[in-house]
Amino acid sequence: MNIQTPIKNTPAELALIDAFGERLALLPGDGEVMLKRDAAIEAIKAGLPTRRIESWHYTDLRRLLTKVPAFDAGLEAKPVAPLIEGSPVLTVLNGVAGKPVAIEGVTATPVAEKLGDGTYAPALGAQGADDAIGALNSAFVADGWLLEIADGTVLEKPVEVQNVQAGGQVHTRFAAKIGNGVTATIVERQTGSGDALVSSVDNVVIGDGSEVTWLIVQEQPDTATHFGQFNAWIGKDAKFTLFVMNAGGKLVRQEIRVVTKGEGSDFQLRGVDLLHGDTHTDVTMVLDHAVPNTGSREIIRNVVTGKARGVFQGRINVHQVAQKTDAKMACNTLLLSDDGEFSTKPELEIFADDVACGHGATVTEIDHAHLFYLMARGIDEKTARGLLVKAFVAEVIEELEDEALVEALEARLDGWFAEHG
Amino acid sequence: MLEIKNLHARIADEGTEIIRGLNLTVAKGEVAAIMGPNGSGKSTLSYILAGREDYEVTEGDILFNGESILEMDPAERAASGIFLAFQYPMEIPGVATMEFLKVAMNAQRKARGEEPLKVPELLKKVKDAAGTLQMDMGMLKRPLNVGFSGGEKKRAEILQMKLLEPKLCVMDETDSGLDIDALKIVSDGVNALRSPDRAIVVITHYQRLLEHIVPDSVHVLYKGQIIKSGDKSLALDLEANGYAGVIGEAA
Repeated sequence: MNIQTPIKNTPAELALIDAFGERLALLPGDGEVMLKRDAAIEAIKAGLPTRRIESWHYTDLRRLLTKVPAFDAGLEAKPVAPLIEGSPVLTVLNGVAGKPVAIEGVTATPVAEKLGDGTYAPALGAQGADDAIGALNSAFVADGWLLEIADGTVLEKPVEVQNVQAGGQVHTRFAAKIGNGVTATIVERQTGSGDALVSSVDNVVIGDGSEVTWLIVQEQPDTATHFGQFNAWIGKDAKFTLFVMNAGGKLVRQEIRVVTKGEGSDFQLRGVDLLHGDTHTDVTMVLDHAVPNTGSREIIRNVVTGKARGVFQGRINVHQVAQKTDAKMACNTLLLSDDGEFSTKPELEIFADDVACGHGATVTEIDHAHLFYLMARGIDEKTARGLLVKAFVAEVIEELEDEALVEALEARLDGWFAEHG
Repeated sequence: MLEIKNLHARIADEGTEIIRGLNLTVAKGEVAAIMGPNGSGKSTLSYILAGREDYEVTEGDILFNGESILEMDPAERAASGIFLAFQYPMEIPGVATMEFLKVAMNAQRKARGEEPLKVPELLKKVKDAAGTLQMDMGMLKRPLNVGFSGGEKKRAEILQMKLLEPKLCVMDETDSGLDIDALKIVSDGVNALRSPDRAIVVITHYQRLLEHIVPDSVHVLYKGQIIKSGDKSLALDLEANGYAGVIGEAA
């Protein structure tokens, strides 16, 4: 018999399939959008990825996703104070975009509109069979923001987008078409108060010669499941910095997919994962150096407490044409508990012959010599440990150079340490 | 002020005994030099005084102002007034020097029941102290000791010592890695701290430092014991004749 037996769906998969049936009539878009949604739910029906799928090896989603809450339109989410005071804020509150805000040089359109008129259809769909987050989000996405930033725009304050959940399910998109010669910082907040299932997908196109920093600050409650996917294409001579901080969530997977599209482009990834309790956090990056003369640096710093489990997978593909690629990746973990764990999988796939690529990974405990030195100056053990742990991650944050951002992020860091350190 | 009585100590991990029945008394206001060949236990003694966990005291006692410090952790010892100037100060990336000084000074003030220093007061104190050591304030914006030269690290140690105003200063090979100009600056910094209320223990391999910091007493440490004590002339004698004679006498 050559007929494939359909798999027996898990309760979570069944809940998603049922939710799709119930939700369908309320989702914006028809025609091409609806075809994309149908195709996406078929991918879920075929089964969520297991550890047998290479890219999900450390996060067996089929086993780990046990809770799929129902949509609840009655729940109300409130915006949070922006990371930088005075930033213009575009909100998505429990899945629905708030009011637009006027920002010079930026056109902001709710994604629901773009789904409704069908223009967003090409952006939907999974990127390959293992793209469960893309599939889940494409099936259910209801709203979000599309930012179009005009050529030459210089944003004085960061623009902040917020995805705030109050429970149930939330599926959001933030997209940005950033023109040429733009200088901009975008802050993305992922937070909320409920036991939600959240998916949030970003598609960001960066124009030639632009300098863009994008920060994802994820601070979901311990009860939430959070799936993020960040896709970016970097133009010629553009410099793009992505900063990702994970400081919450029960089950978290943040994917990062970046392509250097233009020669002379540069990608910087800085990641901070603060893991506590009985949680699972996975950051998975795939970076394609697709043209000659591009550079990248990835530095991930993890602090693991309690029974937390963390994963970093970093894959750098250097295409055959991508000569003179200069790529370096480092993942450093501070393991503060015997019950915590962190898995790192760096991969370099290099098809060009004139490149400089490297990677390194370390797992350490607090350095006792450092601790002794601080204590020998009268600093009590708890404070000294706190200083050293903070220093370990602050090094990465301080590279951001923008003092206001550094201060704001360090304040988030202090908050986390006060609660979990 | 400091009384070390029949002290025996070993490396906690593997049990090698390093200090083997050491006796030493240093009075208030005294500057005591401890000299000895390599491997005699000089640095170990300084670490034990500061409370480093890697060493285990198996016998004897260390009294500071009449009270045993053996049960105190390094932070408590520091708060009670003991300061160790490290031979190799730690580089600690990510901890800004200024922030470190603030936390350390205020931790000790808190332990003594004093109000924390406000930022302007703190800055002034640090600036004044740094000035006397010819240190650039720009250095203090960098992470603690990171990228400092050997001499800069030693100056930073003396700066901390000045700011924390300890009762007992233990200086472990402070002269190592210093050129003659830096040695002068560091020695002046130490001499400025000499006071009737404060004892200073200078651990050194060479007599050179003692030309600048003139000791009241000199003690020779060999195989974990003080084998000879004398005044500053003992240091000159060691310089001229080496340790062999003294070791021979003791044996």
